[in-house]
Amino acid sequence: MLQYLSKRLLMMIPLLLGITLISFVVIHLAPGEPTDLQTQMNPQAGSDLQERLRVQYGLDQPLYVQYFNWLSRLVQLDFGESFATDRRPVFDKVIERLPITILLNVLSILLILVVSIPLGIISAVRRNSAFDRSTTLLVFAGFAMPSFWLALLLMDWLGVRLGVLPISGLKSLGYEYLSFGGQILDRISHLVLPVFISAIGGLAGFSRYMRSNMLEVVRQDYILTARAKGLSERVVIYKHALRNALLPVITILGLSVPGLIGGSVIFETIFAIPGMGKLFYDAVMMRDYPLIMGILVMGAVLTLFGNLLADISYALADPRIRHQEQGEG
Amino acid sequence: MSQLLIGLLLLLLFGCNGTQETEHPGVEKVLTAEFGDTFIEASIGDASTLLPVLASDSTSSGITGLVYNGLLRYDKNLVIEGELAESWDVSADNLVITFHLRKGVKWHDGAPFTAADVLFTYRLYTDPSTPTAYAEAFKQVANAEVLDPYTFRVSYAKPYAPALMSWATSIHPKHLLEGEDVTQSPLARNPVGTGPYRFKEWLGGEKIVLEANADYFEGQPYIKRVVLRIIPDTSTQFLELQTGGLDFMGLSPLQFDRQTETSAFRRLYSKYRYLNFGYTYLGYNLNRPLFQDKRVRQALAFAINKQEIVDGVLLGYGVAATGPYKPDSWVYNPNVPRYDYNPEKARQLLQQAGWQDSDGDGILEKDGRPLAFTIVTNQGNDLRAKTGEIIQRRFQEIGVDVKLRIIEWATFLKEFINPSNFDATLLGWTGGPEPDQYNIWHSSKTGPRQLNFIGFKNAEVDQLLEDGRRIFDQQQRKPYYDRFQEILAEEQPYTFLYIAEALPAVSKRFRGVEPAPAGIRYNFHNEWFVPKKEQKYAR
Repeated sequence: MLQYLSKRLLMMIPLLLGITLISFVVIHLAPGEPTDLQTQMNPQAGSDLQERLRVQYGLDQPLYVQYFNWLSRLVQLDFGESFATDRRPVFDKVIERLPITILLNVLSILLILVVSIPLGIISAVRRNSAFDRSTTLLVFAGFAMPSFWLALLLMDWLGVRLGVLPISGLKSLGYEYLSFGGQILDRISHLVLPVFISAIGGLAGFSRYMRSNMLEVVRQDYILTARAKGLSERVVIYKHALRNALLPVITILGLSVPGLIGGSVIFETIFAIPGMGKLFYDAVMMRDYPLIMGILVMGAVLTLFGNLLADISYALADPRIRHQEQGEG
Repeated sequence: MSQLLIGLLLLLLFGCNGTQETEHPGVEKVLTAEFGDTFIEASIGDASTLLPVLASDSTSSGITGLVYNGLLRYDKNLVIEGELAESWDVSADNLVITFHLRKGVKWHDGAPFTAADVLFTYRLYTDPSTPTAYAEAFKQVANAEVLDPYTFRVSYAKPYAPALMSWATSIHPKHLLEGEDVTQSPLARNPVGTGPYRFKEWLGGEKIVLEANADYFEGQPYIKRVVLRIIPDTSTQFLELQTGGLDFMGLSPLQFDRQTETSAFRRLYSKYRYLNFGYTYLGYNLNRPLFQDKRVRQALAFAINKQEIVDGVLLGYGVAATGPYKPDSWVYNPNVPRYDYNPEKARQLLQQAGWQDSDGDGILEKDGRPLAFTIVTNQGNDLRAKTGEIIQRRFQEIGVDVKLRIIEWATFLKEFINPSNFDATLLGWTGGPEPDQYNIWHSSKTGPRQLNFIGFKNAEVDQLLEDGRRIFDQQQRKPYYDRFQEILAEEQPYTFLYIAEALPAVSKRFRGVEPAPAGIRYNFHNEWFVPKKEQKYAR
């Protein structure tokens, strides 16, 4: 197992290098430079500013020099400074937006799991029942609906007409003056709509996935055996079938690790939430190379670790895989 | 409050000739101004830096405008008045300006403000290592000196009319910035100025909070706090406005016209409308053979129905443009050639220029080549995209085959505007009360990355622009710009399309809002207030 782990970890290094190289080149291929955007179309801007900025940012160097400069700082865990006019360290900009992004994503994944696992199971057990059909219809409707449109409808309904939920932001004005309980309530009420909106798209996929897994599992011989033993249907489904049907969930959770720091530009924009999605989008629009690369590298590292984590926990949870590994090793 | 740019931006937002849309609420008894309450507005983007010398976005400038002061500013009628300068003298030859500064002004950290800060600010802007976009006006200065702690003198080699208002630039604190790398200064996120509001906090991507400066030299502002929320989506902003989460918002024509005519909205908000500084135009690349014939440009101008664009795109909240200045400004020349919609005339002009539909496909040809070109514009501006579509249809009707391409901003600049690689472009300029347009029209500004990217070269215009910026007196100056506008109208290097109106809505809690040529925000810091009974935010 240790050997396997170290092998996997070592393999990550060239993979990561490859990812950074490709990302770096692709981003610089995109037309436009940060300096254009900061100096152009401004009747008061001097024409020499452009050149000065290029030198300050190191954009006058050949691309491979820029890449090696960037990489040599990266190996010291220095992500560099943003090209935006504030020139703040990339790391600070990202850290500032991580907590809310992670919180939203965790809550949304939890909501997806809590709702879609039971939905999937019931749909599978009562296949082609009215319940199955109507949930299928509903989750697909949720999936197909543009989230920004649904968000605006809900904001108008719950926020403006009924006035029960805040429309946007993370906290109310005057949050500092609320009691502790009031603060918690205030934060929760601000999270309800964003979490619901970000979860609704995922519900469809996951509940369908759960349903087909379950259908797959109940056709297996060991379920037949369990039934033949005379176990009650409840025990068959919730003990023997469910455990096996849940296994792939681990993979999905592992794969969603990088998603924890990714955000959706659309719902962050609509709910005015300062998250990673908007940060990244703005960075791309501004051609803020260090910030783009910083976020991409963090995402890449998390993806690689998420995959590893998924594989490991899969092996731990599924004896078939564990034994196979040992058999090979 | 400070900085020419802010002046321009605020003017852009809150332009001229305010007319209140709502009916007058009868006789309201005169209220005495009271302190307290919070003013909440929103911006679609976060500020980039709160150091005015580096900031080039409107969100940052809006905030620094309240935190910093300039020596001068525009008053409600767009007449220059003193801010940090109590008075100023201009020498008879217009070459030397002497500023007499206010005494007893303090920086927010308690340090005294003196002429040394002004000199420092001048040096900061002109320092080659400062990446500022606003050094140009200061580069005209031949000499700047401190005569005593409250007297500052600048001299110019040649008279330069925009010079005076360049001293509306935010004055920076010498004691906090001297010897520092300005790009790494903590003041970028924690500004210290002399202005009516002090910086309180900035939560990235969420909000910026300012608090009234009790020691402000013009008296403590009545509104105790200003909160700028970052709400990137304008639909969300509008929903927030409807629930009272915002006290101010610039409305779109659609929101202004159709979505705010409810009694609930009218009870809570006053709406205002006035012309912006700035215009939208269709610019022709004069390096292309097609557009070198003046008759073609004039024909295209006749083919565009400007009023239709104003009515269709702006829902009537704007006016058709005839030149670069707005009709209610002193410099505007009403007697220029006009191009009222006349497709017949357009066809005639094209025929004179040799364009005819010889193969009957509906598109004109000359020497076997069809009359076809592409209009490029930037993504993200819905009004421009719609304008482009309307123009496209009108051009089609006179036999001109036009394609419309909408391109993301960075790509647009890099691939099309910088290398002058376009046929025609649909864009806009924003300006201010200062009529100097040297950077946009002078033939020396046609180089790469410069603003005369359509390649307009006209010796008479060059001379007019050079002379016009050397004259301080409005009356003496006007003939130069009158002639300048005539030439532009005759030559049609741009077809000037429209000037849009600013359409702000302000919560009715706020009193003291007096629309003037300078817009509505000019007296925010010393006249706006909320009566005690109506104050919403106690703390």
